[in-house]
Amino acid sequence: MTEFETVIGLEVHVELGTQTKIFCGCAVEFGAPPNTHVCPVCLGSPGALPVLNEEALKLAIRAALALNCTVRQESKFDRKNYFYPDSPKAYQISQYDEPVGEHGFIEITVQGEKKRIGITRVHLEEDAGKLTHSPYGDASLVDLNRVGIPLIEIVSEPDLRTAEEARLYLEELKSIMQYCAISECKMEEGSLRCDANISLREVGQRELGTKTEIKNMNSFRNVQRGLEYEEQRQKKMLLKNEKIVQQTMRFHEESGATVAMRSKEDAHDYRYFPEPDLPRISLSREYSEERRAEIPELPAERRQRFVEVYGLPLYDAEVLTVTKALADYFDGTASRVRDPKSASNWIMGDLLAHVKANGLEMEQVRVKPEQLAELIGVIEKGTISSKIAKNVLKEMLDSGKDAKVIIEEQGLIQISDEGQLREIALRIIATNKKSVEDFKAGKEKALGALVGQMMKETKGKANPQLVNQIMLALISD
Amino acid sequence: MSLTKDDVYRVAALARLQVNEEEIEALVSDLSRILKYADQLQQLDLMGVKPMSYVLATHTVTRPDVIGSSLTPEEALTNGPDVEEQQFRVPAVLEG
Repeated sequence: MTEFETVIGLEVHVELGTQTKIFCGCAVEFGAPPNTHVCPVCLGSPGALPVLNEEALKLAIRAALALNCTVRQESKFDRKNYFYPDSPKAYQISQYDEPVGEHGFIEITVQGEKKRIGITRVHLEEDAGKLTHSPYGDASLVDLNRVGIPLIEIVSEPDLRTAEEARLYLEELKSIMQYCAISECKMEEGSLRCDANISLREVGQRELGTKTEIKNMNSFRNVQRGLEYEEQRQKKMLLKNEKIVQQTMRFHEESGATVAMRSKEDAHDYRYFPEPDLPRISLSREYSEERRAEIPELPAERRQRFVEVYGLPLYDAEVLTVTKALADYFDGTASRVRDPKSASNWIMGDLLAHVKANGLEMEQVRVKPEQLAELIGVIEKGTISSKIAKNVLKEMLDSGKDAKVIIEEQGLIQISDEGQLREIALRIIATNKKSVEDFKAGKEKALGALVGQMMKETKGKANPQLVNQIMLALISD
Repeated sequence: MSLTKDDVYRVAALARLQVNEEEIEALVSDLSRILKYADQLQQLDLMGVKPMSYVLATHTVTRPDVIGSSLTPEEALTNGPDVEEQQFRVPAVLEG
């Protein structure tokens, strides 16, 4: 049976986090009432002239550098011509043969192996308007608020071999964009969008097979689903000696299937030409270096540092570096405690559960890293037990109070006084003769029951290790 | 380089221009002459001359990322052929 190799390349559009549009001063606001952020530039009115937003350029260059691209010292804008109601000018201002960045890469980890995925190019362009179908029949409605929102398009090399790799690439890309404060990358709001090209070829064959393009995948999971479906569809056709038609497929979320949208033919003659309304872009080396200096430690480096410096398991490092805010939080906590793994446990456990349950952003968590570190410190010192600490943390998350304040207010300090514990233990032994006999008869579980009684008696405040020791010593006599 | 009628029809279609039978011959000949002139320019020895995509010497003109004024939706929609729910209403288009 013929063996096939899958070849995938992704085109990702990322909305740049600017205040205003790329070529005019209209505000960028998601979910605003239709046509409230529109001006003559957005409308393509005769005589209206675009002027480039300096912040959009900065973010695009920062993104290109974060993706290891070479930044072109000279670049320009071009017009991509097409007729569609989402673009009143009948062209999109984009970049054709002189993109701001090219020849980059990012690294993903596939089943423990590092793999480099090439980035062909990063270019700046404007977004188009939004079309919806009229609820009253045979018409489409056009909202031009989105026209002119700055985007970068990031085109990968066809280096991806599985749908899973595509998802990993997207996750890494999103993290990098978020770390660099380039975009919020909210797929549900369209600030990150992904189209995928996929083709199959026989293993060992050099030239690429005929590809299809999949659109409308609105989550990373759906990108993977859509690609997996399309991979199987093409494979079945090739096995039956059928020809793949180069066309655009639409991902259908409910069924998980891909459905043909339109065939390409001459639809893609965009007749690019240089945009005469915008001067060329010429960037000094200093300008690029300033942008490079804005790039923080990126997720891959950070994961590695968490493993090497803090001694975290790779899994912990991966979870904690998904967003910069979370990674900063961990750094802030771990650097203040003796055992960084305990910081990881508290954050990945109780803290993230709280964040998730309440739909919070890390910035909204009322407990600051230094406060969590203080809590871990009092556990390490033995002032309170881990079990009590869970309740203290809960209280901290609700009130924002310091651990020490809560411990004092509620009298939660752990009882580690041996004399006091021995006294309580003797009392428990006196009233639980059965358990003591059971233990002496070889039922080791009975010890647990006695310890449990002691914890109950002290409202969980007894130092569990000491309780164990003392109780064992007393009943083993 | 000379053009065929089909070339002209194709270019016209891409630009959404309607071209009728009477116009086509004249367009073929005019456009062919323009291309011929371009061919002539191609013969110039331009070694060492940088390609020019913009005629002025200014470059990297930017504006600060500061919110300015937008039109009201009423103003924005004034020239639309048809309006519904504060949006431009256009003939239904297929999912694109």
